[in-house]
Amino acid sequence: MADPMRIRAQASGGKATVRVLMSHEMESGQRKDAAGKLVPAWFIQEVTATLNGKPVLSAEWGPAVSKNPFMQFAIKGAKSGDKVAVTWKDNKGDTRTDEATVS
Amino acid sequence: MQTRRETLKQSAVVAGLLATAGFPQFAQAAFNKAGFDAKSVQDAAKAYGAASLAESKDVTITGPDIAENGAVVPLGASTSLAGVKQLLILVEKNPAALVAMFHVSDAVEANFATRAKMGQSSDVYAVAIMADGKALFAKKEVKVTLGGCGG
Repeated sequence: MADPMRIRAQASGGKATVRVLMSHEMESGQRKDAAGKLVPAWFIQEVTATLNGKPVLSAEWGPAVSKNPFMQFAIKGAKSGDKVAVTWKDNKGDTRTDEATVS
Repeated sequence: MQTRRETLKQSAVVAGLLATAGFPQFAQAAFNKAGFDAKSVQDAAKAYGAASLAESKDVTITGPDIAENGAVVPLGASTSLAGVKQLLILVEKNPAALVAMFHVSDAVEANFATRAKMGQSSDVYAVAIMADGKALFAKKEVKVTLGGCGG
């Protein structure tokens, strides 16, 4: 299981800005190891976010997203106290969900 | 004349080839593989159903003019237009152009930011796929002093 994500959600002016920092290797599949063999790609493919259990965002990522990915988005109508959950799934089928409260 | 042993050996080789060749497709079944395999901006946009590609002032791409470290280039895409289905972030000269795709729904603003790896200096694109199949883009040049892919 991967390390937890760091999620910060701040409400201002009728929307909440959510910043997520995930912990993932994001191996591009282009790199070679010391023996000259390609390191297989290992990256987050799907990212979804929910507000109080209702899906608000889904995204697909490629291996070109940087290591330990950062993502920022804004949810309309979210207010202080709402719960934001973010889930990612990588190309090995590993998945992780973390939740934060809008402040 | 082929012996039974030879036939078996050959079929094992063929099965092995099929298994290795078929593997990546199985691993990425639930995912728009065509889009992320596409080498050019146009092909990637097409994989998401875009018929035509036109430059637009209403789509913005944000990023640095010079990125010191190509492994972490902050890029953002946003648009003020209504009726956007998807927002794509692409780097033209990466091995595969598409970096990330965000579905735009009523609940989120069409404004996303993330960080990308860039192999070399290149134009970066934000492409908005509209509900009517049009694709509008904005581009910006980002110079990279240290590549993020390979080595």
